[in-house]
Amino acid sequence: MRRRRGLAVLLGPPMLWLVVAYLGALAVIFATAFWTTDPFTNLVVRTFTVENFRELLSGTYLGIIGRTLLIAVLVTVLCVLVAVPFAFFMARVAPRRFRGLLLAGVLVPLWASYLVKAYAWRTMVQPGGVVDGTFGATPGYGLAAVVLTLTYLWLPYMVLPVYAAFERLPESHLEASADLGGRAGTTFRRIVVPSLLPAIAAGSVFTFSLSLGDYIAVQIVGGKLQVLGTAVLQNITLDLPFAAALGTASVVIMVLYLLAVRRTGALDNL
Amino acid sequence: MRTSRKSLIGTVAAVAVLALAGCGSSTPSSSPGGSAAPGGMQVPDLKPLDKLGPPEGQVNVLAWPGYVEDGSNDPKADWVTDFEKTSGCSVNIKTFGTSDEAVQLMRTGQYDAVSASGDATLRLIAAGDVEPVNTSLVKNYADIFDALKMKPWNSVNGVAYGIPHGRGANLLMYRTDMVKPAPDSWGAVFDQVGAQKGKVTAYDSPIYIADAALYLMTTKPELGIKDPYALDDKQLAAAVDLLKAQKANISEYWSDYLKEVQAFKTGTSTIGTTWQVIANVAQGEKAPVEAVLPKEGATGWSDTWMVSAKSKNKTCAYLLVDHLVSPKVNAQIAEFFGEAPANKKACAETADPNHCRVFHAEDEAFFSKIRYWNTPISACLDGRTEVKCTDYAAWTKAWTEIRNS
Repeated sequence: MRRRRGLAVLLGPPMLWLVVAYLGALAVIFATAFWTTDPFTNLVVRTFTVENFRELLSGTYLGIIGRTLLIAVLVTVLCVLVAVPFAFFMARVAPRRFRGLLLAGVLVPLWASYLVKAYAWRTMVQPGGVVDGTFGATPGYGLAAVVLTLTYLWLPYMVLPVYAAFERLPESHLEASADLGGRAGTTFRRIVVPSLLPAIAAGSVFTFSLSLGDYIAVQIVGGKLQVLGTAVLQNITLDLPFAAALGTASVVIMVLYLLAVRRTGALDNL
Repeated sequence: MRTSRKSLIGTVAAVAVLALAGCGSSTPSSSPGGSAAPGGMQVPDLKPLDKLGPPEGQVNVLAWPGYVEDGSNDPKADWVTDFEKTSGCSVNIKTFGTSDEAVQLMRTGQYDAVSASGDATLRLIAAGDVEPVNTSLVKNYADIFDALKMKPWNSVNGVAYGIPHGRGANLLMYRTDMVKPAPDSWGAVFDQVGAQKGKVTAYDSPIYIADAALYLMTTKPELGIKDPYALDDKQLAAAVDLLKAQKANISEYWSDYLKEVQAFKTGTSTIGTTWQVIANVAQGEKAPVEAVLPKEGATGWSDTWMVSAKSKNKTCAYLLVDHLVSPKVNAQIAEFFGEAPANKKACAETADPNHCRVFHAEDEAFFSKIRYWNTPISACLDGRTEVKCTDYAAWTKAWTEIRNS
């Protein structure tokens, strides 16, 4: 009996936090999405309507959702393409004594403020900036700049799990593959990739969800680009229920994504 | 497992219901005591402060950038520190970039006073966020230009809701080294962009639709727009089309004035709408920019200091507002922001003796060409009765559509 009480004291506060602050807030967002606003004062009027969701399914907003998804997918793919060789080098090629240093190198950018890094990219991609000066051209503010910036920002979250997966990959598996006549390519495809997949999926949960919800970097380097986050921001002052409906859309996308990721078994690796 | 999951869902549902029941009543009760204003607006029945008490020790003020400066942005711009010492009210400043943001922030109830433009004042009044002001408690009210007192945007049914602060026009700013010849028409950001394609900037708020409507007043007289804030469906559609076409030439939309300064400095934006203060800051940072009033006239603002109905620091709020519209300080703000002061005695206090003349402080003929920001409502503001005009909700939807097109 005493033990049970102790357990209740231990678990009570975090449970309360989870249920009230976290799930409660989600529930309120969802409920708000069914309300409307006063046309003059923009105050929330609590009458039930599905108008917000109908509007969400109009071409304009489907376009925004599609564009946001595209950015999240591109950022995730780019992060994978950079992180896999990098993590491979860190875990398998580099001498053991440098690994700590390399790991620190990956983590150091996380010490700098997000805003500083985003503004750094703003000056880098502007006409006459570093990118322009080095490559003779710059994508300017827009989708490409957003993808670049977000890839830079979230890369550590992909490198870490992939690095851990490479570390865990037993040398014997690779040797067995070679002994059985597998070439490097075959070994990579049939041994390395399957054992990396859960780690990549775990990393993608971060890169995908962070890109999906980002609006600050988009405002800084996105030019006139409109994504889910900026659309929420724009509506939050003028039409809170519609902003809530937009928020619901990103929650739904994330839930679907997490369900898909769970099937890979990646969530056991987090 | 099954039962615990069920009970979890039950808990979540219960919490959700509780949260919904508890989340404050955001709908104002249009009480029978409230009075109706023109346009069918219901005004909550609130009373102004009857006398000043002892200063509460602090005041939280919500202001346009440049209105309340304590020297932290520019050491030379400081009219708050002295006030804090003499009044016993420490001043906490929060700036905002658009009227919509101001309305949203005022609604939190955390701010005691706000500098509201005409497109925010009526919304704040109708929602009961601000209360009438007792002008006899503001010593300097007597010296404010009569042309600014008791206007449709700062009073309702003969009750004053605020203290006029100053007024000015939204200008056209351009890079003198990149935009040649110098523009004299808003066409330079709409249909005669020319070489500045992809380098135009525009203000990121539904109220910017009025800028397009203003341009259409001269270029498409057949639309019959008399007031850029009174647009029927057809006129709004024409303005929206103009803005959608403009979007192809836009580099960025701005609402953060520092971002606009940076964009002009680096040349990612070379032409677009601005405030005088932004042009001043950009010139101060050695950007070759100039700001002009185009021949079509311009939209503009006439701002009002208002006191929050939920304020706990009303005495300090009154003291601060009185200080801000006092001749010396009002002159400083007018020069720093680049606008016409509201206090007539301020004209004698400006560092540049010509300031009031340059900014037309006493020139009502000039300001008749400036279309002050106003809140569009369904009853046409230009007096038409045969059609219904588009209200701000329609403008908001239209703006979202433009931004997302």
